[in-house]
Amino acid sequence: MKQTDPVVRFEHISMQFPGVLANDDISLDIMPGEVFALIGENGAGKSTLMNILYGIHAPTSGQVWIKGRRVEEFDPRNVIEQGVGMVHQHFMLVPSFTVAQNIVMSKEPRKHRIFFDNAAAETAVRKLEEDYGLTVPESVPVEDISVGMQQRVEILKALYRGAEILILDEPTAVLTPQETEELFTVIRGIVREKGMTVIIITHKLDEVMAISDRVGVMRKGKLVGIHETVDVNQQILASLMVGRPVLFDELERTGEAGELALTVEKLRVRDHRGLEAVRDLSLEVRAGEILGIAAIEGNGQSELIEAITGLMPVQSGRVTVLGKDVTGQDPGEIREAGLAHVPEDRLATGLSGAATVAENLLVGKQREKRFNRWGFHQDQTAVRAYAEEVYGRYDIRGAGVEALAGDMSGGNMQKVVIAREFSFDSPVLIISQPTRGVDVGAIEFIHSRIMEKRNQGAAILLSSADLDEVFRLSDRILTIYEGQATGCFRAGEITKEEIGLYMTGSKRLGGKEA
Amino acid sequence: MSEFEKIMSSIFSYGTLQQMLRSATPVALAAIGGSMTEHAGIMNIGMDGMILMGAFFGVLGSFLFHTALAGVGMAIVMGVLVGLFFALLVVRYKSDEFIIGCALNTFAIGLTSYLSRSYFGTSGTKGNPALPMLRLAFLDKIPVLRIFNNQSLFVYLTWIIVIAAWIFVYKTPYGFWLRASGEKPDTLRTAGISPKRMKWIASILCGVLCALAGAHLSLGQLSGTFAENMSNSRGFIAFACVIFAAANPAKAYIAALMFGFFEAIGLRLQGYVSSDLTNTIPYIITIVMMVWVVVRKQAKKRAAKQET
Repeated sequence: MKQTDPVVRFEHISMQFPGVLANDDISLDIMPGEVFALIGENGAGKSTLMNILYGIHAPTSGQVWIKGRRVEEFDPRNVIEQGVGMVHQHFMLVPSFTVAQNIVMSKEPRKHRIFFDNAAAETAVRKLEEDYGLTVPESVPVEDISVGMQQRVEILKALYRGAEILILDEPTAVLTPQETEELFTVIRGIVREKGMTVIIITHKLDEVMAISDRVGVMRKGKLVGIHETVDVNQQILASLMVGRPVLFDELERTGEAGELALTVEKLRVRDHRGLEAVRDLSLEVRAGEILGIAAIEGNGQSELIEAITGLMPVQSGRVTVLGKDVTGQDPGEIREAGLAHVPEDRLATGLSGAATVAENLLVGKQREKRFNRWGFHQDQTAVRAYAEEVYGRYDIRGAGVEALAGDMSGGNMQKVVIAREFSFDSPVLIISQPTRGVDVGAIEFIHSRIMEKRNQGAAILLSSADLDEVFRLSDRILTIYEGQATGCFRAGEITKEEIGLYMTGSKRLGGKEA
Repeated sequence: MSEFEKIMSSIFSYGTLQQMLRSATPVALAAIGGSMTEHAGIMNIGMDGMILMGAFFGVLGSFLFHTALAGVGMAIVMGVLVGLFFALLVVRYKSDEFIIGCALNTFAIGLTSYLSRSYFGTSGTKGNPALPMLRLAFLDKIPVLRIFNNQSLFVYLTWIIVIAAWIFVYKTPYGFWLRASGEKPDTLRTAGISPKRMKWIASILCGVLCALAGAHLSLGQLSGTFAENMSNSRGFIAFACVIFAAANPAKAYIAALMFGFFEAIGLRLQGYVSSDLTNTIPYIITIVMMVWVVVRKQAKKRAAKQET
């Protein structure tokens, strides 16, 4: 093979699913030894294209060539033999099997032809570890190792099967920043030293800039552009992905902070294990301002929010909403007092995946007169009309209001939750992780909605693991470390680097009031 | 000797242990089969029906060909067919395994009763050629080992099957695939192995092992007798053994022995207490076993939660 021959070639690939054209006439060459990033919004068809390459789906039309050979039969086994490996977004590991057992699966070393040779499996894995400089605990069950470590196991599994082309589907979605950095070091290593080709599917643009040589942008099933990474920046890529300019400008702030709307005084909360998660924490949010919480995950911010919203018992302290003491009341009463809550986990608590979009949008309003006839009969026409209107207003994209919420993409699910909670017009909003796992276009939309609420005079408490988000939206920022407030700053008063010191507890402000 | 001492001495006798082995064997065979489907991620509550089919066709084969081995052969063939039928509905057509299991149990009762009446003219039959027994005079003289004498060959065959099944599940690549097909089928699929094929194989193995359980029941334990619904919920007890043993064939065998022990005690007590009452003993033990499993699982979960 000449240096210039592509290692993978897609020729006019189209993939028709019932009702959706997931891939529309895609032609793309992947060159050996490069890191190719494939980006696009949720549902743009990136994963479909990679599943075709990995042999999980056969394309409706078009051809795939791997190392100069046309793929005749779309079957993972066949493609694995050609040297393609894939690390799926949801790991393909058997939790009760050990690391080594998972890595050798389907190509197990054997004793006497029919017996599994565990010692040989562990030796083979150890050799791989040495070759690629990736260490894993060979004999520990996968269920007992961290997510970052599981991903290493997935990569080693692909390498064990002889992969030369490695597909990584949203590899950083579940990783901490440190684990992401480690992953990138691994990717650079296998590309430089072993001459592997890596295709990485993502929608995190900073990662595209950090790791890739070239980048392909997909939108609505089409490949809309291929660029050398050095020629583009995040702004250009975001606009290409969404199909219109994404500005990420300063959001417009109007109005002044008004009356006190939410106060928390000396709150103490115990977590599920009975350990003190929130310790003597106080904060205030005024109408027309956003108070952002900056904290590393697991420092009590989730418990703080659950206690404020009545989902968790309060040990001591006081929570008031619009001057009314709501400490220890149930979530329904707290909502009644004027609080709405966008919970951090949209799947577990934000909505019901088994219910339709319309039903999810209705929750909390079902007793309102306009949706009721004679007090017990739900007026489907009114519900539908209402749902359709909200659906359009919040730019939710999917298969309509009668589709199941669980079938939607993450970004659209999040929009449903936001639409429902914002539609109560509550004076106090608690928003947790508003854009986790959501693509660029939806992030921009959600941010502008949050800012609009603020400008209309809502008091907003925002918690997010994304520090950029906290900085972009907040009027004031509260840092929390181990359940205690370590500082409170006006936006623009502090840099991200400096705030990190407060988030890790290495610096504290004297007064704990926020 | 007082009445109480008489009861005690009859319970703690070699006879009880001998009966334990005898009663445990059909449950153990079915439980090993159930371990296969359990590992493949299929909740198989149709084992009772599978045992009943095995019991009937065992007797029928023995009746038609005048030898018990032909009966065993016929039971195995039916076991394969029932396993295929079960897999067709559950694996291929993705029907609800719970419903199919229930249906299989009902179907087995109906079919075997109907065929029994049409072949034998009555709802049951006895005195057909039975399986050979191991009878070694010298064994009777050795303490403890005595209990292994006068047993159907199936009792010993079961030991071999337990060991083979355990090796298959935990020591061969095929066993790994079987377990992966239940625990995380996509893992297997992306490795280029069809999880469905493993589920088919598990269903067939389960069908065959349950058929052997039935054949032992009718041809071994009861020497060539068939009676309507003679499986008598042993399939469910086997299912309890599977859950109790976390689908480990060796542990399932021990659970089956426990069941056999209590059934044997029940039989001993029949002279003193109503048999209706003594017959409930194995089922009460089953319930206690299940409660224990659930309580332990929850304790584990609580411990795991505390760790994180």
